[in-house]
Amino acid sequence: MRTLLVGVGIAGVAIASALAQDGLDRASLDKAITDSWRRVAPDWAQRLSQDETQAVCSLYRNNPPEAVAATIQARAQASIKYPADGKLMGDWRKGEKLAQSGYGMRFTDYPPRAENGGNCFACHQLDPKELSYGTLGPTLAAYGKDRKFAPAEVKAVYERIYNPQAAHACANMPRMGANGFLSLEQIADLTAYVMSPESPVNK
Amino acid sequence: MIRRPRLLLFLIGLALLASARLAGAAEDATERELEKYRQMLKADPWSNPGMLDADRGEALWGERRGPNNASLEACDLGKGPGKVEGAFAELPRYFADADRVMDLESRLVWCMEKLQGFERSGLVARPYSKANQTGTELEALTTFVASKSNGATFAPSLQHPKERAALALGEALFFRRQGPLDFACATCHGDSGKRIRLQNLPYLSKPEEARVVVGEWPAYRVSQGTVMTPQHRIADCYWQMRLPLIDYGSDVTVALTAYLVNQAKGGAITAPGLKR
Repeated sequence: MRTLLVGVGIAGVAIASALAQDGLDRASLDKAITDSWRRVAPDWAQRLSQDETQAVCSLYRNNPPEAVAATIQARAQASIKYPADGKLMGDWRKGEKLAQSGYGMRFTDYPPRAENGGNCFACHQLDPKELSYGTLGPTLAAYGKDRKFAPAEVKAVYERIYNPQAAHACANMPRMGANGFLSLEQIADLTAYVMSPESPVNK
Repeated sequence: MIRRPRLLLFLIGLALLASARLAGAAEDATERELEKYRQMLKADPWSNPGMLDADRGEALWGERRGPNNASLEACDLGKGPGKVEGAFAELPRYFADADRVMDLESRLVWCMEKLQGFERSGLVARPYSKANQTGTELEALTTFVASKSNGATFAPSLQHPKERAALALGEALFFRRQGPLDFACATCHGDSGKRIRLQNLPYLSKPEEARVVVGEWPAYRVSQGTVMTPQHRIADCYWQMRLPLIDYGSDVTVALTAYLVNQAKGGAITAPGLKR
């Protein structure tokens, strides 16, 4: 806990000095945020603040110096949890549905009418038959096949979905597992969708 | 107002295409058809349904309303009381009477409060119309004033320290990652040639791209059948970023508008634009 607080303190100082160069101090930024969302329910207030990774990545515009990147990656790696039964691949059919769904945690999504989706197609090509895919992330078509379905690659995909910043500090991709957006089981289903030989992604 | 049935039919078809939200090729087709329609509108701007809101806004502007039974004709949008032409091109700007940087929408609220005597809380409670509803008064007024800068180019002022502070704040906010999906504006609008599904994403920190799109807002959205204002557009991004509903005319939305308009400096205003 103490290490975490010291870390936050250092990041705070760095952020304050970088903002000062822009003629903007940390206090005015924080005040603008609280002044702009005045009707926020207590359980939503946390979404307006940043955790240390978000703060540092914002500061360096996703291009942190090497030492900072190493800290982010180590913290991300430590955040990753694995299914109790050790199975990193679930049901690719469930994974496919999750990859198509962008539902969850918008203020119009309450009370929840469905489970949160991974929304993978928003940014990635996966099943080559699906023509409506985004290009913010790399194509993942034939991803598992190209890697010969190797167990080490399965683990890498699971970890990449859980917290992509373990492999790449300040990655654009959300930390679906670490942020509690998807469950361990959902992440295993998505891993199967990307890595299973039966999945249309690899056909 | 819509004098050409051919264009109207075309638009109905477009709305059907867009609202069906079909996957794949159909979305692409919607964008292509939209572009065709935008070209037609250059020859006949009154075929844009958003002009109905501009018309209604013009009537509202001149009408004596509110507890003070006053019109908005004494409203100073930055170029002097009642001067509407070209005002949108120079907003957001610093207003000494409010001691604040304001965009068009926060300035309209200010004028409705100070001149007409409306309660601010009532004005900002429901600023956005729902799909297929008539536009709200603020949407109509915003569309009217913006359309009166059509053909002008964005020329935001940075003379006042608070205008420079708003720009710096807007820039910091553009890159600020937060919420359960770690999104910043830059996550989707920080590179060229990217898309979400089939929707193209403008790289808004790049002046060449910002100049093309920023001046299209407020815009008529064919899938919604309503006008969407710049404040609403930014609020919608924050909704998608999983943040709470942001206040209308807030410091954050005004600062982001300042950032976008400064990126789009020199870009033409073509409001109301036409969007999916």
